[in-house]
Amino acid sequence: MIKVKDLTKRYARTVAVDQISFQVEKGQIVGFLGPNGAGKTTTMRILTCFLPPSAGTASVAGFDVLEQPLEVKKRIGYLPETPPIYPEMETLGYLRFVGKLKGLSGADLEKRVDYVCERCAIADVKTKLLGKLSKGYRQRVGLAQAIIHNPDVLILDEPTAGLDPKQINETRDLIKDLAGEHTIILSTHILPEVEQTCEQVIIINKGKLVATDSVRNLRARARGAESVLIEIAGRTGPLDIPVVQHKLQQVAGVSRALCKQQSDSQAVFEVESEKGRLVRGDLARAVVQAGWDLNELRPAAMTLEEIFLQLTGTEAPAEEEKVLVEESHS
Amino acid sequence: MRNAWIICRKELGSYFASPVAYLLLTMFGLIFGYFFWTALRFFVFEGIEMQMRGQSFPMNINEQIIRPLLSNVSVIGLFFIPMITMRLFAEEKRTGTIELLATSPVRDLEIIVGKWLAALIMYSCLLLFTALNFAFLFRYGNPDWKPLLIGYLGLLLQAGALLAIGTFISTLTKNQIIAGAATFGVCILLWVVGWMGEFEMSTWARVFSYLSVVTHFESFGRGVIESKDAIFYAAMIFIGLFFTARSMESLRWRS
Repeated sequence: MIKVKDLTKRYARTVAVDQISFQVEKGQIVGFLGPNGAGKTTTMRILTCFLPPSAGTASVAGFDVLEQPLEVKKRIGYLPETPPIYPEMETLGYLRFVGKLKGLSGADLEKRVDYVCERCAIADVKTKLLGKLSKGYRQRVGLAQAIIHNPDVLILDEPTAGLDPKQINETRDLIKDLAGEHTIILSTHILPEVEQTCEQVIIINKGKLVATDSVRNLRARARGAESVLIEIAGRTGPLDIPVVQHKLQQVAGVSRALCKQQSDSQAVFEVESEKGRLVRGDLARAVVQAGWDLNELRPAAMTLEEIFLQLTGTEAPAEEEKVLVEESHS
Repeated sequence: MRNAWIICRKELGSYFASPVAYLLLTMFGLIFGYFFWTALRFFVFEGIEMQMRGQSFPMNINEQIIRPLLSNVSVIGLFFIPMITMRLFAEEKRTGTIELLATSPVRDLEIIVGKWLAALIMYSCLLLFTALNFAFLFRYGNPDWKPLLIGYLGLLLQAGALLAIGTFISTLTKNQIIAGAATFGVCILLWVVGWMGEFEMSTWARVFSYLSVVTHFESFGRGVIESKDAIFYAAMIFIGLFFTARSMESLRWRS
């Protein structure tokens, strides 16, 4: 459905997107992951024919974004980072306007307007001015606008940014709902969002493609070692940290134990174990047998940042930056 | 051109949904009303004076009221046109709605023509106020209507040219104030360059005074369609919209 090959976008001084290639099959829901400024928005803008690429090709449903932009635009619904709404218009008037722009008319238009109002749960603000709507409603109107002409491809740029947790969940559910009918690309910098909604992930960093894979594979790949957070409290008095650390490290399969936090009577350790070994049971037993209290034991979740560090080895560039700063000071 | 019409309707809706249209209409109505009143009062006084002196000097409503008023409108319009065009693209760029237009299956030209047409219709609404005043002349006198119509045609052509320039300037910035101020400056310049020809007869002075949008209106004000003036305005409209299209295209390459 979407084919991108060696896509590059250069601005005057910077390269925003550097030779990215990927493919998205029909009906898939793909998460576009990356930190801020990674080139997600630029790539999406190229796919929607808003920006022309500097080099490489991109095509949607077989139509090239440079050669046949009108055909591509007909098949794409796009929700930019800030919903493109006119504050002085009413919801209904706005949806009709967008519908007409996308080529709908007459009874067809009315039917689609009613449908998207219901689908995106904005029927109760039909006659309200868009400028007066809350952020959550604006976002949903933006989504309604994107699907009004029933496009083959939906491109959503950070659809949950700036929403409250309840709205985030609703928006995610809505997107998942839409997945059956449309091919969806959504960008985000929140990992759980991708895990919950997407099947396929494309990770980019600094304009370069880092990984394209399914969510599960990616997790497995990123996780070299299991790590567990464990909170221990002394039963009779203050804890002796080195003793606890030593004890934890002696548990079979543990490769490293680090004290993350400590107070008078309790401490939190991060325990890394060798790949593929479950050490949680042994850890718990060791702690209790030593006469301490086990307050909490949970797997340390991989955050996007950690995956990034592992996939891209970002430590190195960070050091470079530090050097640059020092140079500029001297 | 269906798309152009959709965009035009939306733009008109935006003018009238915000205070902009009403403010412009009120200000224009007040200013023109004052001009109309002054011109009419002068005309009536002169008429009475002549009767008292027993002279009979031919008086003509078209020549003494309508024609000077129309050229007044052509100058007043210079002050209102920036306020009509400044938001056209600047606002869309600021709020990001330009992305919606640019990613819809619509040609750039349709967007531009739609917006320009909406601005022209907005300006015509201002002219409706003058028609209201002129209607009284027809009620109590018998002016010739043909020169008046040609005058209106001239005003629309002149406004069309300036609105096209204003539309172009609006694509250059995200800031409405900057777009408005720049358009205002250009409008005033295009008016005052005409004065150069009054003192100087060198080639350059003639070239500059030819550029004046106001002098090209004089023939229309007299009730005559001079093809050279009509072509001047048409060319200005074309150039203005052409630059707007180029500017929109470069927006994509630059942004």
